[in-house]
Amino acid sequence: MNQSKLALTLLAAVVGLIGCGKEEPKKPPVVQEAPPPPPAIEIKIGHVGPLTGGIAHLGKDNENGARLAIEEANAAKIKIDGKDAKLVLVAEDDQADPKVGTTVAQKLVDAKVAGVVGHLNSGTSIPASSIYNAAGIPVISGSATNPKLTEQGFKQQFRVVARDDQQGPAIASYLAANNKPKLVAVIDDATAYGEGLANEVEKALKAASIKVLAREKGTDKTTDWKAILTKLKGRKPDAIFYGGMDATGGPLVKQGRELGIKAVFSFGDGACTDEMTKLAGAAAEGMLCSQAGIPPQAADAKFRDAYKKKFNVDPILYAPFTYDAANLLIEGMKKANSADPAKYLPELAKIDYTGATGRIAFDEKGDRKDAEITIFTMKGGKIEPLAVIKGGKTIPYAEFGKAAAPAAAAEPVKDAPKADAPKDAAKK
Amino acid sequence: MDIFVQQLVNGLTLGAVYAIVALGYTMVYGIIQLINFAHGEVVMIGAMVAFTVINALAAAGLPPLVVVLIGVGCAIPVCMLVGYSMERLAYRPLRYAPRLAPLITAIGVSIILQHLAMLVWTRNVIAFPQIIRVETYTLAGAVVTNVQVAIVALCVAIMAGLAFLVYRTRLGTAMRATAQNRQVAGLMGVDVNRVIAATFVIGAALAAVAGVMVGTYYGVAQYTMGSVLGLKAFAAAVLGGIGNVPGAMLGGVLLGVVEALGAGYIGDLTDLCRYGVLAGALGERCAGGGHFVLFGSNYQDVFAFVVLILVLVLRPSGLLGERVGDRA
Repeated sequence: MNQSKLALTLLAAVVGLIGCGKEEPKKPPVVQEAPPPPPAIEIKIGHVGPLTGGIAHLGKDNENGARLAIEEANAAKIKIDGKDAKLVLVAEDDQADPKVGTTVAQKLVDAKVAGVVGHLNSGTSIPASSIYNAAGIPVISGSATNPKLTEQGFKQQFRVVARDDQQGPAIASYLAANNKPKLVAVIDDATAYGEGLANEVEKALKAASIKVLAREKGTDKTTDWKAILTKLKGRKPDAIFYGGMDATGGPLVKQGRELGIKAVFSFGDGACTDEMTKLAGAAAEGMLCSQAGIPPQAADAKFRDAYKKKFNVDPILYAPFTYDAANLLIEGMKKANSADPAKYLPELAKIDYTGATGRIAFDEKGDRKDAEITIFTMKGGKIEPLAVIKGGKTIPYAEFGKAAAPAAAAEPVKDAPKADAPKDAAKK
Repeated sequence: MDIFVQQLVNGLTLGAVYAIVALGYTMVYGIIQLINFAHGEVVMIGAMVAFTVINALAAAGLPPLVVVLIGVGCAIPVCMLVGYSMERLAYRPLRYAPRLAPLITAIGVSIILQHLAMLVWTRNVIAFPQIIRVETYTLAGAVVTNVQVAIVALCVAIMAGLAFLVYRTRLGTAMRATAQNRQVAGLMGVDVNRVIAATFVIGAALAAVAGVMVGTYYGVAQYTMGSVLGLKAFAAAVLGGIGNVPGAMLGGVLLGVVEALGAGYIGDLTDLCRYGVLAGALGERCAGGGHFVLFGSNYQDVFAFVVLILVLVLRPSGLLGERVGDRA
């Protein structure tokens, strides 16, 4: 494994060299034909995500987003403190494994990176965060949604994606505004993730003066929901929310429809996957669910074009977020006119920047203010974005993604469950 | 009322599956007084094998029923083999060891099988392909699906078949003789080892069928599905009187119904806001249609074990149990 990591690091360095080789300070004879230029500085920015294993494609997607931002910055020949800045991406593989995550975090700290984009999973981000914190290195995650990440009081930890606990109010407000239920049943799977999400939904529904039935609970292994659903059938709720994963949510909606329950079924991101169709068949059609962030197709068109041109593929999932995260680090350095973490961190904390995923500003915890949540529905066996919730406002998806083609939008999201799998370890 | 009938229907279906699994426990216990804790894992392996086969054939365009039957047809021999090797490798060498040894071995076998399944089929949930069209019928206000009808009908057929096997065939006679007294049965010319192996194999075949039923009913299978199911079926076997074949059937059905009714009603019965005095004391929590539920539906899985404890306290031999003495 060490060999492959070394190889990847080398590969990253080589790509970096090819991409911006003209200004590589270590090989001055080749380029420095011009009269004595200002002394150059090299700024290392780390990126961590799984580059091997089941979600390696998502890790690569994240890395590509960060790489694009760095190469664009190099192409723009930015200057920090009057010197030519040469940005280098140090890409590491954490294998979505918390243990490896801390190892590579230490490796990046030892390599004296100025900032880190990552990690992809909450499960690796949380243990690694204390290492970065001790070293005072700013970290921006583009995909870790577990609230705990920014609840540890670490001043240099940020994220540009919404938190899990912002999903509850979002799906509840969508439900309240669009389906106008009078009575809602809330079920959870008794895990930290499911119960937390269900609590948030219940709170938001009650705040909207919607009646909520007494909470029903299963476990994260429950496949028999018939007793609970039969009971609920007698109460005739207009909507049912389930806080849990697709493995249990699929049987839930299937059995609910079998029993003739007409209510709208709604879920959080754990069950916001195409897998639901496999598990529940036609019963999953029309369900509602939410995911943190926005589909990549809704990201800025300029970013999407540049990404496609550079990597010859479309962004899969979180690439717009890691692209923004890397740009934020660079922007902070430019503002502070320094790549010293201690100097540019205050600038980063109060930044107000418009990136590929929209306007970004951080709250005092390092979470993104007004982070977007996307509401999906199951249509023809695929989840399709319906609307984006931002700052309590519901924006129809068609209006949000300026140039987004809804037909293409459904495609990439099917990878979401894989991204969630290791993340869940941390949720539970 | 229709809700009550619906819960009964749910419970009966569940109970029928418990009964089939409980038969495996009770047959083995009856014959060698071993609680085969690995039996639940055999159910899981049955479901996993069948799902793999069914998933592979789903696209072939065969009629759904044929696909499912092929799935069952593959699961049964695999489970029989597992059952036989389990007995041959893990339990037969311990036939004359103190009773605790095979019991611990059974737990070990269970863990091994579960982890083997995890290696083979990964930790992910396997989905049952959507090939069976679920038809629903309304019966006295309750919804009954064709899958439920098939499960109950199949269970009745299996029970009848097993009763015939045990009470009307030479193998059955040999099994009952071995259960009564192994040494004497051996002296009468019964090949005790063969009979015991046959018992394991038959139990495993039943487990395979139960695995496919439970998987088809819920639409999912996972490597962990066997443990809780196995424990509940064990509770059902004890409820009916372990070692007693009709008892396992009765215990399974009863347990399924108790569980469904319990999960369906305990939340309401223990909602303190329903009771005037208590609601007043809780004040705010109950105001405006609030709830204060003491035991919710999350206690569903507990019922099986509450029943188990009650039976062990009040009637240790189980409902139809007999000849306790040295057994329970």
